[in-house]
Amino acid sequence: MTRSPGLEPRPLRAAIAAYGAGNVRSVELALRRLGAETELVHEPAPLLDADLAVLPGVGSAASALAGLRERGLDEALRERAAAGRPILGICLGLQLALEETEEDGGVEGLGLAPGRAVRLREGRVPRIGWAPVHWAGPEPGGEAYWFAHSYAPETPAATATSEGIVAAVEAGPFLGVQFHPEKSGAAGLRFLRAVLERCLSRA
Amino acid sequence: MPLPRLIPCLDVAGGRVVKGVRFRELRDVGDPVELGAAYSEAGADELVFLDVAATVEARGSAVEVAARVAERVSIPFTVGGGIRSVADATAVLEAGADKVGVNSAALARPALIEELAEVLGSQAVVVAIDTEGGRVRSHAATRDAARDVVEWARECEARGAGELLVTSIDRDGTRSGYDLELLARLRDAVSLPVIASGGAGCAEHVAAALQVAEAALLASILHENPARLVSLREELRDLGVPLRDAA
Repeated sequence: MTRSPGLEPRPLRAAIAAYGAGNVRSVELALRRLGAETELVHEPAPLLDADLAVLPGVGSAASALAGLRERGLDEALRERAAAGRPILGICLGLQLALEETEEDGGVEGLGLAPGRAVRLREGRVPRIGWAPVHWAGPEPGGEAYWFAHSYAPETPAATATSEGIVAAVEAGPFLGVQFHPEKSGAAGLRFLRAVLERCLSRA
Repeated sequence: MPLPRLIPCLDVAGGRVVKGVRFRELRDVGDPVELGAAYSEAGADELVFLDVAATVEARGSAVEVAARVAERVSIPFTVGGGIRSVADATAVLEAGADKVGVNSAALARPALIEELAEVLGSQAVVVAIDTEGGRVRSHAATRDAARDVVEWARECEARGAGELLVTSIDRDGTRSGYDLELLARLRDAVSLPVIASGGAGCAEHVAAALQVAEAALLASILHENPARLVSLREELRDLGVPLRDAA
């Protein structure tokens, strides 16, 4: 079974933004498998306090952003980013963190990272399935992760691509991935473990 | 395009995995969570759980199955059968499923597809189409839905479906090969991913289906035996199918 990720002396505390748009259960289960303590948060304070804030998301951009604003989580995420505290955005969570998305006729995003989400124009849409991800830098990877999306980032802050599509974005404390690590089997757990370890090394 | 996918399908009735030939003669073949976890270990790309005895009571058990599966596997899975509303679908997704499958309920009220896509996103909405002789069938293939399969596929796409799971009733359980001609017509008619279902008997059948569809649903070919998935993946790799390295 899953090896302990070595999160001693205390477990990392991850706050998962619960705003009515996301498969939060799978994110929660994956982080717990890695030894993290997880909390589903509906209000700003615990989102600011945690070692890692996770912004999951599936569904449509406009209703997801409305869900974040209703709960004041949009401001909390901006405040967290300004303070340099780690945030992980997943799938729609990454797209919402950009400056804007063209989904739902154009919606302003949180602006945690530069760029915009645009509709996929090639291949079968939605783009659903496992696809290799190649990272910028010394370890290019090539492992396959699970994707399920109709929009993708256009950004100068891309740190990984998959079939020419932006697969990861990094801007200061914000890391966003277009794939679903929580649904990407062993490869996904390895990715999440690396994220948790990086959070702890910053803490 | 993403890598071709192999999707073991577990037909569930009363919380147990069952298998029937041509949608009839159901027999008990195991526990859905144990079998699902074993398929995941064996390299499945995703899983489908179809409640073939969907009743009001069965809907509660679909949520329970989804929750138990999510605890055990970390690959995507779809739950279908008995989902008639956004509330039904939301419950299954909140339990940890990634997609819902709808079939008869969408035929009875096609606006259900739009409602699901709006709330859950298209990527979570699989429309299952059972077809025989180019016509669509409903209610576990027992009734003629009075629709042409290509027209219905186009309508599903227009209404916001994310994928089509197309089962050839003519081939289901026969192990005589997928209906490639049907799959090619659907591929040309829509731009959604298509999951081929019905008729797999050997690796060559699956490889041929993956030339015209994005994914292949595997049921009787696996014999409810995860070891068969391991050997099938090897055979497909030997045939040049670029499957994911699941290690």
